[in-house]
Amino acid sequence: METAQDTIPQPEAKAETSKTLFKGTGSQVLLNGLIEEGVTTIFGYPGGAIMPIYDALYDYAEKLQHILVRHEQGGIHAAQGFARASGKVGVCFATSGPGATNLVTGLADAQIDSTPLVCITGQVFAHLLGTDAFQETDVINITTPVTKWNYQVTDANEIQEVLAKAFYIAKSGRPGPVLIDITKNAQLQIEEFPEYVKCNHIRSYRPKPKVRVEYIEQAATLINSAKKPFVLFGQGVVLGNAEKEFKTFIEKSGIPAAWTILGESAIPTSHPLNVGMLGMHGNYGPNVLTNECDVLIAIGMRFDDRVTGRLDKYAKQAKIIHLDIDPAEIDKNVKADVGVWGDCKETLPLLTNLVTENKHEEWLAKFKDYNQQEIDQVITPELYPTSDEMTMGEVLRNINEICGGDAVIVTDVGQHQMVACRYAKFNNTRSNITSGGLGTMGFGLPAAIGAKYGAPDKTVIAIIGDGGFQMTPQELGTIMQFGAAVKILILNNRFLGMVRQWQQLFHDKRYSFVNITSPDFVALAKAYYIEADKVDERANLRKALETMINHEGSYLLEVMVGRENNVFPMVPQGMSVSEIRLK
Amino acid sequence: MTATHKEIIMSTENTIQHTIDKADLDGKQEYTITVYAENRIGLLNRIAIIFSKRKINIESLNTSPSEIDGIHRFNIVITESYEVVRKLARQIEKQIEVLKVYFNTNEEIIWQELALYKVSTDEIAEKVTVERLLRQYGASAVVIRKDYTVFAVTGHREETDALVKALEPYELIEFVRSARVAIIKDSAGFHEKLKEFEAFEPGEELVENEFLDKGEKIFTM
Repeated sequence: METAQDTIPQPEAKAETSKTLFKGTGSQVLLNGLIEEGVTTIFGYPGGAIMPIYDALYDYAEKLQHILVRHEQGGIHAAQGFARASGKVGVCFATSGPGATNLVTGLADAQIDSTPLVCITGQVFAHLLGTDAFQETDVINITTPVTKWNYQVTDANEIQEVLAKAFYIAKSGRPGPVLIDITKNAQLQIEEFPEYVKCNHIRSYRPKPKVRVEYIEQAATLINSAKKPFVLFGQGVVLGNAEKEFKTFIEKSGIPAAWTILGESAIPTSHPLNVGMLGMHGNYGPNVLTNECDVLIAIGMRFDDRVTGRLDKYAKQAKIIHLDIDPAEIDKNVKADVGVWGDCKETLPLLTNLVTENKHEEWLAKFKDYNQQEIDQVITPELYPTSDEMTMGEVLRNINEICGGDAVIVTDVGQHQMVACRYAKFNNTRSNITSGGLGTMGFGLPAAIGAKYGAPDKTVIAIIGDGGFQMTPQELGTIMQFGAAVKILILNNRFLGMVRQWQQLFHDKRYSFVNITSPDFVALAKAYYIEADKVDERANLRKALETMINHEGSYLLEVMVGRENNVFPMVPQGMSVSEIRLK
Repeated sequence: MTATHKEIIMSTENTIQHTIDKADLDGKQEYTITVYAENRIGLLNRIAIIFSKRKINIESLNTSPSEIDGIHRFNIVITESYEVVRKLARQIEKQIEVLKVYFNTNEEIIWQELALYKVSTDEIAEKVTVERLLRQYGASAVVIRKDYTVFAVTGHREETDALVKALEPYELIEFVRSARVAIIKDSAGFHEKLKEFEAFEPGEELVENEFLDKGEKIFTM
């Protein structure tokens, strides 16, 4: 071991003597590579097969901050929250076997929500592969359907190239999760390594195409002839860092724009052309008018079934323009009349140049009419309830009033998620972090921890239901140990509310196993030395929220809300978006 | 294999009829997907699950070298509608190590399958005129031993199936058929394409956009 000690150079030694080779272990060269890629924060959990990497990490404490989570699922959700809040690649470590399988939910979530991640898993020694060794799992095959790319490293000499490819693949084109599985022998192997070279080209991979102007021209022609054009935007605008380009486009063309929940904070809530949310629990106008518009311009969104409702009755009257970086999305669910394949950072300015200035005042007024109906029938009762029971909506209204739209809101999945997306105000992009495609309960708390590391200057509020909180409460331990100042807001309706709502509306109120009980959340938080409070009366709500938000560190607030409140409007499953119900 | 499918194949005579009947199944017909990809462990699985995820049966799958050293060529045969095949092709092409995917109807390709038949030599010598067999079914004798004989037939599915039928009364001991290998009639090969893939900036040819170029040939010869 003493010889090994002698040969461990400090990572900075490499920069000074750039041409000389780095002699060290595969683990060290991995960590050096992470530093080269600009990684500062890793969420992880050690174990047998990843011990050499953790051993090396011991000497890198100054450059790489490692957050010890309480469960690998928490680790990967935290990495997702970090990536979504910061726009950087999220990184997490896990050991082989159960450590690796615990990543699967997070990988699936990141895959469907296009979140850039690099996950490193340890693996048993290469000579033990396939022997059912202790904690051996075929993680490559398990994770193949839920990764953009994955690779098993069995020789340390592969590590640099594979890591560079991993970062390039994770963040370029349509982003996604990448997993690298490294056998223990490769982690331990001592070699002379060349300089780390970042990857910017893989011959079989085209992250984005060369934009073809003829499609932009066709799209512009359609838009310029449209009387009732309507823009739908998704996370592609955020992932492409094209918020400005997008804003310029809608402002010049004067087209009303509605968002998918992952696209939500790409433009401020208050923007006059922001007409609201699409889909099952979206706003009234955007859903109804989808079936009235004459040109539908979809930008960086993928026509998820929760957005479209019944497809054969979806925007049949409209010409469809679809801008997406992923050619597999164009024509996948909704057939496009003009498919504009490309990065919207590039395509939007080209399109803006060709569209004529317009106001579409009459058309926009229609959205306002529908919005007024929704305000009267749904929004006002939700935000200013007259009954004694508190509503989730009024909690959100208070948060808006206190934070003014500057907080990062991380949600879990269910009724509170829909209410938060519907009513939270946002001034800034990357402020709405939620599990959209996969709908992963348990996402909220760990993702909020990650988001706090990704956006340390922001107030991060995790809004979570009583059910979802009980899926990953162990991450309170991570907060306790590392002090992420996350504000945890549990909206407790003593039900698995969304499932209950469906059972009420579509299953004759047969409340089958939705009646979930909860521990004393305040006592639970206090057991982790986290300040906590509980509110069950409206009179105390505002003050309790202010206390939570103004508190210096992490804080948990449980708010008891009405048991059987429903989220409306709602497009029932199998119905058309224009059949949206207000009650 | 569906009943209809079987029936159609039994009519060994008329290949044109065969294609038309198969096209009648909900607009479905046989497509041969050609995938040019890097030779990487695990890629076969990545491609196969694109089909199994959608509960689509792969009728035949062949992996082989291509005209370019180091690049693999997959031939996958499925019976699906044009729309489904197009979406599948895009999903396959999206995989990092896949260079290019083409899909073609049977009219657009030249294809072959190889079948081997093991029969008892006594049976075959006594009851069948071997010479007639070889001639009628285009079969060749690969091995002739005292105890058994192995025939080989190269051709389309109905041709290889026809000999199965013919041999069934004579104790067919073993039968095996290979996957389909196919050449695209209009293809100029992958050499020129690869140069573009290796270049940093994508060229027009590479990003050929089927939304506009619908119906055009893949390559102009």
